[in-house]
Amino acid sequence: MVEFHFTTPITKEDVQKVKIGDVIYISGTIFTARDEAHERALHLAEKGEKMPIDFEGLAVYHCGPVVRQVGDEWEIVAAGPTTSTRMDLFEDEFIKTFNVNVVIGKGGMGDRTAKAMKEYKAIYTAFVGGAAVVAAKGIKRVKEVHWLDLGTPECLWVLEVDKFGPLIVGIDSNGDSLFKNVALQAQENLGKIGEFLGITF
Amino acid sequence: MTETFDNTIIEDIVVKLHKFAATQLPNDVSDALKTMYEQETKPTSKAALKTIVDNFTIADETSTPMCQDTGIHIYYVNIGENFPKVIGIEETLRKASVRATKEVPLRPNAVNPIVGGNSGDNTGNYIPFINYDFIPGVDYLEITVFPKGGGSENMCALGMLKPGQGINGIKKFVIDTIINAGGQPCPPGVVGVGIGGGADIALKLAKKQVMRPIGERHPDPEIAKLEEDLLKAINMTGIGAMGLGGDFSTALDVKIEYAHRHPASLPAAVAYQCWAARRSTARIYPDKRVEYLTHKEE
Repeated sequence: MVEFHFTTPITKEDVQKVKIGDVIYISGTIFTARDEAHERALHLAEKGEKMPIDFEGLAVYHCGPVVRQVGDEWEIVAAGPTTSTRMDLFEDEFIKTFNVNVVIGKGGMGDRTAKAMKEYKAIYTAFVGGAAVVAAKGIKRVKEVHWLDLGTPECLWVLEVDKFGPLIVGIDSNGDSLFKNVALQAQENLGKIGEFLGITF
Repeated sequence: MTETFDNTIIEDIVVKLHKFAATQLPNDVSDALKTMYEQETKPTSKAALKTIVDNFTIADETSTPMCQDTGIHIYYVNIGENFPKVIGIEETLRKASVRATKEVPLRPNAVNPIVGGNSGDNTGNYIPFINYDFIPGVDYLEITVFPKGGGSENMCALGMLKPGQGINGIKKFVIDTIINAGGQPCPPGVVGVGIGGGADIALKLAKKQVMRPIGERHPDPEIAKLEEDLLKAINMTGIGAMGLGGDFSTALDVKIEYAHRHPASLPAAVAYQCWAARRSTARIYPDKRVEYLTHKEE
């Protein structure tokens, strides 16, 4: 378990240094995107339209924050990750299209995304699900917000972060997946579980 | 009894219950998570548990929601049969949800499934969802606020087993559900199991179980043994905190309840509650005295 500190823009060379089980912290700029923002970004890109910000080298965060508006300013109250597997539908295209090398979420992602991470040299990192207050501590301010018509959980929040983490590397740029390894181990453990419960799987 | 109870008191109490639930874990949950952090040996799960403990500690100190998913609003209302008449409890609870959304603040989580769009205030068709029970022989009104997160809810499962599959079939169904869920429902959480009754009854029982205090065993020794065995078995999967691999941190507890079943059916339901196992309960007495059962009033 090695600890890395990265500052955006994070390059493909940077992410190739880390392996599953390592821990990283990010400083600089990250942006949130859940299902609908992924869908819209890819849809706009397909039509050749420009994104509201340049995503290249930034980290995409699967997160729908609790926010508060104070005057003209937005304040992040709580900002933990949402379940990443929902974004398996979009993430391979997203990484490829926008050169986003770091994905932050929770719960892991599937084979389709792992394959894309190997091909395009990106990593998936897991923030602890629900650890919204620790997450908010690493968020210094809201730089920009776009696509508010999607609602505050689904829109695109551009965030300035300082030592945002700990982020545990779940899929590395070799396509190795900590979550897949744990799932395989769980399957192997079924033998002794069955023996203990007096059942067969 | 003809006097009616003052609903504004109830509304204020329920807003306070929302604040408690969102920002402070009940002691049984926070203690269990701390113990688990001490026990876990795998570095990935230990790191996740450290973040979880740090997170709920700061949330408590700063009165901030511990998770950005402040849940869909579910209420359990136990009406003592000797409590004064209450008129418009549903309207009162809806108002409390709207106020708590602004005041705590909570994330708006009520989305129209047909035409889309977030209502913005945590109310909508059937939401908040209110469960009512009458309690004979008591004079209090007991309200539990149960904000339920979506990530863990998505991993709930219902199995309409064949009666011939028996108790072993249920054990297998529970373990398969947990392994399939992996890290997605934010383990270590509480696994509720409902058996029998019917499809809806099994799920309702399962969901109600996750509100029981950690460590509490079912009064029926047979069920208590099943709870203990399944807890041990789930932690043998090695899934660990957040699915990062751990030897002791896949589940905080397993709670089981059953209803008698139809001869042709064996429904088995699994409800999952994440590590942020939030709940808050207050008892309101006819003299307007309030007793908070899960939290201390500042």
